[in-house]
Amino acid sequence: MVEFALPKNSKITTGKTWPKPEGATNVRKFQIYRWNPDDGKNPQVDTYFLDMDKCGPMVLDALIKIKNEIDPTLTFRRSCREGICGSCAMNIDGINTLACIYGLDEVKGDVKIYPLPHMPVVKDLIPDLTHFYAQHASIMPWLETKTNRPAKEWKQSIEDRKKLDGLYECVMCASCSTSCPSYWWNGDRYLGPAALLHAYRWIIDSRDEATGERLDQLEDPFKLYRCHTIMNCAKTCPKGLNPAKAIAHIKHMMVERVV
Amino acid sequence: MRYLTDRKRAQGLGSGGSGTQQHWQMMVRSIIMVVLVPLFVITFGMGLGGSYEEVLAYFSRPFPAIVMGLALVVGIYHLMCEAQEAIEDYVHGTKGKLTLVAVKAFAFTLIAASLFALVKLAL
Repeated sequence: MVEFALPKNSKITTGKTWPKPEGATNVRKFQIYRWNPDDGKNPQVDTYFLDMDKCGPMVLDALIKIKNEIDPTLTFRRSCREGICGSCAMNIDGINTLACIYGLDEVKGDVKIYPLPHMPVVKDLIPDLTHFYAQHASIMPWLETKTNRPAKEWKQSIEDRKKLDGLYECVMCASCSTSCPSYWWNGDRYLGPAALLHAYRWIIDSRDEATGERLDQLEDPFKLYRCHTIMNCAKTCPKGLNPAKAIAHIKHMMVERVV
Repeated sequence: MRYLTDRKRAQGLGSGGSGTQQHWQMMVRSIIMVVLVPLFVITFGMGLGGSYEEVLAYFSRPFPAIVMGLALVVGIYHLMCEAQEAIEDYVHGTKGKLTLVAVKAFAFTLIAASLFALVKLAL
């Protein structure tokens, strides 16, 4: 059932305000969601101030600076710092994106940072993506073949390879799925834009021989058809991909099979 | 509390094996409505403002009566299907199933009552 208000233990309170850096002239305010599962308190928003003359240009630079120099308890995922690993996905200034490739100059006013919405929080800015990854695994994200393995390689024409562009680049950061209202309300059954984009990536692969089985798996009012083309996924994708288009292609193939 | 693996939780009961027909029919109905709604507005608008006898005479003509009948059946049925989508989105479990039954019963009653009224007007 849709929820119109946060549960009592999820209501956000005002947290600690850290002192401003001394002698700094170019100061910026950061408001960051904090929640510690061990202290039994509600989540809170802590306020930090950074000297922007001594900070890198990206949101992740600011987070690392806060962790290194102000508050070592601040917890977040990060790895590649160049938009490839998808670890640092979070909600910045109301947009789900990757902190490492989101410039601080793109944020107007105070920088507000929250974890990806509508996911259980492990700690601070770290969402629990277990179910998200399991849904990805359920669409069989690998090449399924029935023909005997060729001596050298599975060949693919240049045209067929081009069909994978705009699909294979997905880094599974979960920005799209967690921006999708259908996924918020029905994430237990609806696969969500990321898993469906990956499903289409394998359905459309000319070398894959399980197209029918893959489509059979998606033939469900919830797994696929909860997508109402809201397009939040395409708007928010930090890699500029269009999961809604991939889902539309899957629906088109489904109709092709029966009409 | 259930000890399920993440994969089992994600797969649930598997594919329901339906959805495409409903999706396709909704697309077809939407296209029909694009034509039907303007026709309905025009024919209904032309019948407005007349006396009781004039309206009776107007809806005894086949074209306005058929357009009105189609608009009622297709329109209400389409509305019911859209409401079903919204209920499936937002209301879950037994509450959702009962709401679906109630909405469908209401929609079919509305179709029957509207058609009865139209037939009474037209014949």
